Parts: sequence; structure tokens; C-alpha cells
Amino acid sequence: MARIVAGIACSHVPAIGVAMDRGTTKTAYWEPLFKGYAPAREWLAKLAPDVAIVVYNDHASAFSLQIIPTFLIGVADEFLIADEGFGPRPVPAVKGHPALAWHLAESLILDEFDMTIANEMPVDHGLTVPLSITCGQPPVWPFAVIPICVNVVQYPPPTGARCYKLGQAVRRAVEKFDQDLRVVIYGTGGMSHQLQGERAGLINREFDGAFLDGMTKDPVALTKLTHTEYMREAGSEGVEMVMWHVMRGALDAEVTEVYRHYHVPASNTAAGLMILENRSIA
Amino acid sequence: MSQAPDYEDIPGTYVYDSRRGREGYALNMFCMSLNKAENRKQFKENEVVYLQGFRMTEEQRRAVLTRDWLGMLKVGGNIYYTIKIAFCDGLTFQDVAGMMAGVSKETYAQMMLAGGRSPEGNRSKRARKPETDRG
Repeated sequence: MARIVAGIACSHVPAIGVAMDRGTTKTAYWEPLFKGYAPAREWLAKLAPDVAIVVYNDHASAFSLQIIPTFLIGVADEFLIADEGFGPRPVPAVKGHPALAWHLAESLILDEFDMTIANEMPVDHGLTVPLSITCGQPPVWPFAVIPICVNVVQYPPPTGARCYKLGQAVRRAVEKFDQDLRVVIYGTGGMSHQLQGERAGLINREFDGAFLDGMTKDPVALTKLTHTEYMREAGSEGVEMVMWHVMRGALDAEVTEVYRHYHVPASNTAAGLMILENRSIA
Repeated sequence: MSQAPDYEDIPGTYVYDSRRGREGYALNMFCMSLNKAENRKQFKENEVVYLQGFRMTEEQRRAVLTRDWLGMLKVGGNIYYTIKIAFCDGLTFQDVAGMMAGVSKETYAQMMLAGGRSPEGNRSKRARKPETDRG
């Protein structure tokens, strides 16, 4: 059967992708951030998963305000790189895993998670930056990817508790797939940041630190945070952290924190990266 | 009419909720059109003419034409959309964030390098007012 072996929480700041694409990762500004990514890349290369489920949000790339899916799963065999307003990132197209993705779509819907299904969609920095952060710049991505897209652009996003339950359902579905696949799940976005208004630039180290601790030790308590608490404490765009709960819900209650990296600033954002391994797999 | 949502108490923040969603749809859909290179070219050639293709209010048009980034948020703009105008202009997210915050590019960049804007004193409009002003 297929198994979820580990979870990766990762910010998806577009400027991190730009720094890699333009080759400026060794500058004084970026080096401390990228130095902290090296151990995660080594860990992931060694783990060599078959499939990654990437929970992310689209930023007015594949979807406009015309149709706003709260939860969506991509079932295509390939996802092209979106033009977000300055041309597509120069990274490889993302290969899907249609068999597992369709199985997830069917299982999730019958498990009462009413997923939107996308047969075709471009993917933006929300998905590609975490791949770049954790895989570097390979000519092709080293595993298949199943995108799960969460609305966090039009208020309200789904609650943290709902996201956590979706993660639990993802796990149940993965474990019903009869092919032996090793799956990792990414929860992306965050950490504290505010990109808009007079309060732009808000960063809350204390909140972020407690959130990282809670992700490992007491994720259910974190699912009780309200959207207003996220926005007040972690900035209006910090509410993206609800997506981490999908990842966490798909893991064991007790996990091993393998790695953590936290850096301020990446452009306007506190960049976090955390790796959690399922103990039941070890 | 329901009560003002609790997040309206957060200072300097424009949550893109249903109210702003109704007000800002056309403005944001104009921004969305800038995902296409051909449209970016046409917009740059003649901004006023290009905007005529969208059912925006005069206020929204003015905010776009004058690049009033904060003003756009006040008339229903969503930052993930309005930023596409900035990309068209060759600006970065940090450039625009600084302008919305009302400080120079250098001051804003320095604030971020020093750890960002503190949440202290920035959590609540109500809490900012002296006791006597409350309620």
C-alpha cells in the first residue's frame, strides 16, 4: 500500500524563487536563508519519495475571482508553470500522478470532503518555490506531485480544524491505494507576514516559534486558532498557515521533528521550514 | 445587517471579505488580465483605453492610473491582484509594501532587516485609543 512517510512545512515566498532563478542566493541578504535549506535538501534526496502531495494556494494565477474553489485537487499528468504577471519561472513543468490523484479525489469526496477536480491548471510560486527550496535546481523534479489547492485569497479560508481533518482524510485515502508508494506531504505558506495596508511588514517571531513548537507537539490545540487571531498576530497573509494543518493532519499524532529553520526576512516574510517524520514508518 | 467583523479592529489591514469582493471584482479582474503578456503590452501602450474594457468605478480607475496602492485596497483591490500592476511597472512586492506603509524604500527595507514591524501596538485599533475614548 501507499504510505505517508513525512511532512514538510515550508514558506513559499516568491522572492526566494526569484533569487534562485537569478542566481543571487550567495549574496549577504540571501545566504543565511539558503544555508538553512541545505540539510533539508540532503534529507529529502536521501528519502527519495515517489510522490509529493503539495498543499498550497494559488495567487491569482490558475484561478481568478471568477471561480474560487475552497479545496481543489489536480489530477493531470503534467502541470505547466504559470505566468503570474512577469513571465513563468524558468523551472521544469511539474509531473503529476493521475492514478493516485484520482484515487484521492474519489476517496476524499466519498469521505465527505467535497473537492473540486482540476484536469488542467498551471501552478504558481505557491507550489514551485517549496519544490525549489527542497530540491534545488534539477533538470526535472525528482518525484511526481499532486497539487492540493486551498483558497486563502478570498476571505474566509477554510478553518484550521477543517484543514486538519482534510489531512486525516488524505492519509486514510493514501493508505487505501494498493500500489507501494512512499509519499511526502508539504504544507506551504506563512509564516508571519503582511503584504498589504499601512501595517505591511508585520513579523511576529514569538507567534511563529510557538506555532512551530505546536506543530510538532500539540497540533490539535493549534487548529483552534481563529482567522482573526492569525491575522492579528501573524499578519493578514499569515492566515496561510491554515494550510500547514492539512500536512499535519496527514501525519501520526506523535511525530519526530527532524529539522527546523527560521529566518527573517525573506522580502516581507518570516520564512519557516520544518520536517516531521512519521514514527510509525521509522 | 450583521455586526462589523472582529478583524475590522486590526489596524492598517484590508481583509478581502465579501464586502470588498463585491466592490472590487471588476478592478481585480482587470489586474488578472495582466497575467497575459499581450495584455501587459496593450495596457502599457494606453492605460486609459485599456481600462475602458472593464466595468470599474471612476475611483478605481483613478487609483490605478495614479498608482495609489493603498487607495486601490480601499476601493476593493486585493493585494494579490493589484501587485500585478506593480510587476508591470517593474516594481517588487517590497517596493509596494513600503509605499502602502507610507515610508521610503530604504526605511522599509531597513525595518524588515531589523526583524520586521513589531506586533506590539499594532494589534488593535481599540487598544490604541486612550481609555477615556472607549465605548
